[in-house]
Amino acid sequence: MAGLILRRLLMVVPVLFGVSVIVFLVISLIPGDPARAILGTFATPANIAEVTRQLGLDRPLPVQYIIWVGKLLHGDLGRSYILHKPVAEEVMERLMPTLLLAGTALVLASIAGILLGVVAAVRQNGWQDKLITVTVLIGISTPSFWLGMLLIFWFGVRLEWLPVGGMRELFGGGGALDTARHLVLPAVTLAAVAAAVLVRLTRGAMLEVLRQDYVRTARAKGLTERRVIYVHAFRNALVGVIPVIGLQAGFALGGAVYIETVFQWPGIGRMLVSAISTRDILLVQGGVLVVATAYVLINLLTDLAQGLLDPRLRDA
Amino acid sequence: MSATAAATIAVAAPAGRGAARPSAWSRLTHNRMASIGLVLLGIIVAIVLAAPILPLAPPNVTHIAQRLHAPLTPGHLLGTDQVGRDILSRLIWGTRLSLAVGVFAALAAGFIGSVIGLLAAYRGGLADTLLMRGIDMLMAFPYLLLALAIVAVLGPGLLHAMLAIIVVNVPFFARGVRGGALSVVRTDFMAAARLSGLSDMRILLTELLPNVLPGIVIGVSTTIGWMILETAGLSFLGLGAQPPQADLGGMLGEGRNLLQVAPHVATIPGIVILLLAIGINLVGDGLRDVLDPKLKSGGLARFYPVTDAAPGAQRRRGLDLPGEAAARLPLALRGLRTEFRVGRSVYAAVGGVDLSIAPGEAVGVVGESGSGKTVTALSVLGLVATPPGRIVGGEILHHGEDLAGASLARLQEIRGRRIAYVFQDPQTTLNPLLPVGEQIAETIRRHQGLRRAEAMRRAIVLLDSVHIPDAAEKARAWPHELSGGQRQRVGIAIALANDPELIIADEPTTALDVTTQAQVLKLLNELRRQRGAALLFISHDFGVIAELCDRVHVMYGGRVVESGPVAEVLGRPRHPYTQRLLACVPELGRRGPPIAPIPGLPPSTDALPPGCAFAPRCALAEARCSAGDIALLPVAPGHAARCVRVAA
Amino acid sequence: MSATAAPDAAGGVVLRTDNLIREFRRKRRLLARRPAPLRAVDGVSLSVARGRTLGIVGESGCGKSTLARMMVGLLAPTAGLLEIDGVSIPALVRRDRRALHRRVQMVFQDPLGSLNPRRTVRQCLAAPLMALHGMNAAACTARIAELMDLVGLRSDFAERYPHEFSGGQSQRIGIARALAAQPEVIVLDEPVSALDVSVQAQVLMLLAELQARLGLTYVFISHDLAVVESIAHEVAVMQSGRVVEYGAAERIFAAPQHAYTRLLLSSVPRIAATEE
Repeated sequence: MAGLILRRLLMVVPVLFGVSVIVFLVISLIPGDPARAILGTFATPANIAEVTRQLGLDRPLPVQYIIWVGKLLHGDLGRSYILHKPVAEEVMERLMPTLLLAGTALVLASIAGILLGVVAAVRQNGWQDKLITVTVLIGISTPSFWLGMLLIFWFGVRLEWLPVGGMRELFGGGGALDTARHLVLPAVTLAAVAAAVLVRLTRGAMLEVLRQDYVRTARAKGLTERRVIYVHAFRNALVGVIPVIGLQAGFALGGAVYIETVFQWPGIGRMLVSAISTRDILLVQGGVLVVATAYVLINLLTDLAQGLLDPRLRDA
Repeated sequence: MSATAAATIAVAAPAGRGAARPSAWSRLTHNRMASIGLVLLGIIVAIVLAAPILPLAPPNVTHIAQRLHAPLTPGHLLGTDQVGRDILSRLIWGTRLSLAVGVFAALAAGFIGSVIGLLAAYRGGLADTLLMRGIDMLMAFPYLLLALAIVAVLGPGLLHAMLAIIVVNVPFFARGVRGGALSVVRTDFMAAARLSGLSDMRILLTELLPNVLPGIVIGVSTTIGWMILETAGLSFLGLGAQPPQADLGGMLGEGRNLLQVAPHVATIPGIVILLLAIGINLVGDGLRDVLDPKLKSGGLARFYPVTDAAPGAQRRRGLDLPGEAAARLPLALRGLRTEFRVGRSVYAAVGGVDLSIAPGEAVGVVGESGSGKTVTALSVLGLVATPPGRIVGGEILHHGEDLAGASLARLQEIRGRRIAYVFQDPQTTLNPLLPVGEQIAETIRRHQGLRRAEAMRRAIVLLDSVHIPDAAEKARAWPHELSGGQRQRVGIAIALANDPELIIADEPTTALDVTTQAQVLKLLNELRRQRGAALLFISHDFGVIAELCDRVHVMYGGRVVESGPVAEVLGRPRHPYTQRLLACVPELGRRGPPIAPIPGLPPSTDALPPGCAFAPRCALAEARCSAGDIALLPVAPGHAARCVRVAA
Repeated sequence: MSATAAPDAAGGVVLRTDNLIREFRRKRRLLARRPAPLRAVDGVSLSVARGRTLGIVGESGCGKSTLARMMVGLLAPTAGLLEIDGVSIPALVRRDRRALHRRVQMVFQDPLGSLNPRRTVRQCLAAPLMALHGMNAAACTARIAELMDLVGLRSDFAERYPHEFSGGQSQRIGIARALAAQPEVIVLDEPVSALDVSVQAQVLMLLAELQARLGLTYVFISHDLAVVESIAHEVAVMQSGRVVEYGAAERIFAAPQHAYTRLLLSSVPRIAATEE
């Protein structure tokens, strides 16, 4: 297992390198003059030359990249010309709310998705299975931002059970309970689609595993169905489901963009949307880089979880 | 695109069976859910295609005076929006746009991704490594975030949003198609195509592509819905379609701020997206069911823990009462019939088998594939997969108790305790995620109620008794860490764990090398004798049966055609099939008479000829062979054959 | 090594290997030096005379399939000599692949897996006729009918797809495809292992007839000693990449010299044992 951890950790390095290159290229590829984009239409040529030099844009790309990475390693992501503050500061402030939202959604989705998937497989063609299948179909066909709006309308506006948004600070003011109350609707909304995908996958994996020879062997040993399903079949099905949970983490982090916009959640997603419309490129760059890094690390965890479950992966 | 869709591309779907099978289209329309989807989608597509000729208000003309009319207002069926535009008109034009964007994006991503995936799989080597590392990099980004970054570079706009969605979906297709293509690239027919002198391009286009195409079609069709949701999402954020033009997502975005005043403005486009996506997903799922070989013929039906059996009275029709002797026997099959129902065909896999095993006796069942020998063995403890299997006739007596009608709870007491199995392929019959010691210990705990530590101690003793070196150490090993021979020794240890009185071994050495086979057979026989267990041994190999068994049953077309003591049956075979089959077997040291093949093919059990199933291939066949049922007639003490000629 | 007798050279040597080696790179473990490559074929020297059958026996992993794939040019040797009619096979692969495929062909183990499920028998047989012999459509049709007849299949089967055939019939199609190239040598890699006994006998018989009729040279690879004994003139016994015993079939089966050969022979279960 130690070998697996070390191998995976070392594999993260080139991935992070690739991510940084792609993110770096994003600003380099922007059509037009970045300095002009930053300064706006009324900039003087002298100003533009000054900013160009400041940003190092007059140097060759590889040099620019190395300088950029060097700053990056010191926590310097540049300065937002719109917000007038360092990008790193803004991004870090926004990161926690997003991770909280996406993490809660992912946990909800995993529990609900796997549970319902197993039930649907075990009760295949029963009413439970049919109900779950139809719900899942609706789940994967619903735009999450629209679902969020419906939830706001019913639970927030009509029933007034839960706050509809306007979260400002995670750990300020209202305390944990207030944060939790604000979290319910967006997390459920974000979890819905991921859960639907996981239900489908778990159901399929269980059905697939239940026809394997070793399940027949387990039954031939006289083991109870409970043990056959939950020890022999479920573990094997989980091996196929775990990497998809990692994939869903990516969808949750991305989907957070919609949900944060709908629920006014103070996360990176909402920051990115406004940064794109104000063309605050450095902020976009910093946000994308940080979230991608978080995602790479989450995938590292799911990889390790898979290795924990499946001995074959440990010494592959 | 969803992960499930990505996973299904990886399946290369070879063509299905039989020209008689209905076409893909008719199977699709016979799938209830898919037909609902087709109808839904058909209506929507028809409406949006007709948009230019429908009497609709211009979608982008504003009438501030007429703003926010509720639905069902005269002249505005679905009401008006915040600047007085007709919602119905905007909805239809918007759907048209969203659908077009979704379909185009799915096709484009599917095409680019497939080209990358095919090239990577076919070229292999460095090209593969480079392409796939690049794909990995793209996939290291959370899905939507990459799209946002691209839009940030290109600037907002529907075209840019679509490009972004295409780019982020290409990796999923590339990976899926590569996976599917790799499994094809490694096949022998690809090697054969090279040996046929075909060029790389020809091989790629005529051999590889057609086998990957169904997967690509499934991928694209299950992705369109997702693409529509994603572009709608970008428009919703204001990064896609720009006002006044509107797609469905843009309309939702405009309606968001009116949620409290005029909920219909946001609700209606949401419902349309939902219906559109449901329609597309239903059709996509239907297509997958039709094209994916794994899901064909009943799909991934779950097997019941016990084989379905017809009611006792029905099964026993025509059987006389079992004799006194049956109560003594660990196993007596009387007129066992097991069928498989697949579609409209009924395969009579086992068509009336009588077979009994005395305590401590070793009985062999020999036959070619499709003769029903394995189904016979699995029927004993209800391990034939249901659906499609069903025990329709006869009795399975264990000390006089009929196991065919027994409850699952009763069967579970007998399974692994009184009667234990050793299966064919030790690669697949052990659970890959459990240490082998645990796989032995769990059956000990189940049947002897021992505590965990004590059961494990017994398991180690058992591993030692099947000659696994370092048993205590190896008990903690996983199946993949053992060789094939060792795995099958574990299989034998599992079977012996509770000192059963009968072991049913289904081709236990077929997957092993000849030297390993010899060792495993010797071990199985020794241990069985030591413990006084009877053996039912299923094999296609006369040699193995000859070395191991006291009596043998020869099966053909689901029935026993000859049975008797091994020396008797192999030395003086009386049924023409047994005789001809023995003449087919190349034997070491028999340089003498050349092997003499049997003409023709074994019958399929869904279309057995009347009378003797071997008659169509038999040189000695007469008219009466096909006239009616032929009994298993005694030819010598304990030796019987099902042939009209032995009676004479 | 007890490789002694070379085959009688009456027909002349068609296929020859000398000290043939094929290595596979092993996966590198983290922070460790790359392990020495795996020698799947480790110094094999064999020769096959025209019109004869060389049987190669051995257990799984002994390198017999790697050897077979090198002989037909699907895999390049790491070192050593491998030639057909005195021409180097690896050189032919580089220079004129089709010329090699006109000389040597292969029949695969899995009869269904070696046929493209999406191509009809006609398409499958026409490919080598057109690509290797430049035949036109009309010539193809005539030749396909001949080939089908040669392997004992009805010519109207040509329009069918592989899944409509049984294992034995599929293997006949595989043989017909190999014959379409009009090769001198056919490498048969476990051609009857996946078949039932009665069908296996049919295919073995067919192979013997074709050899007699067309003067074919076979390299017959199998794990089944009895099958090899029934068809081979010379036999090579392989163990972990090496030929441990090589000689005339009668001699090897009657008086095996190497301990491994004796172990193999004594491991085969025999029907006759009970009759005595």
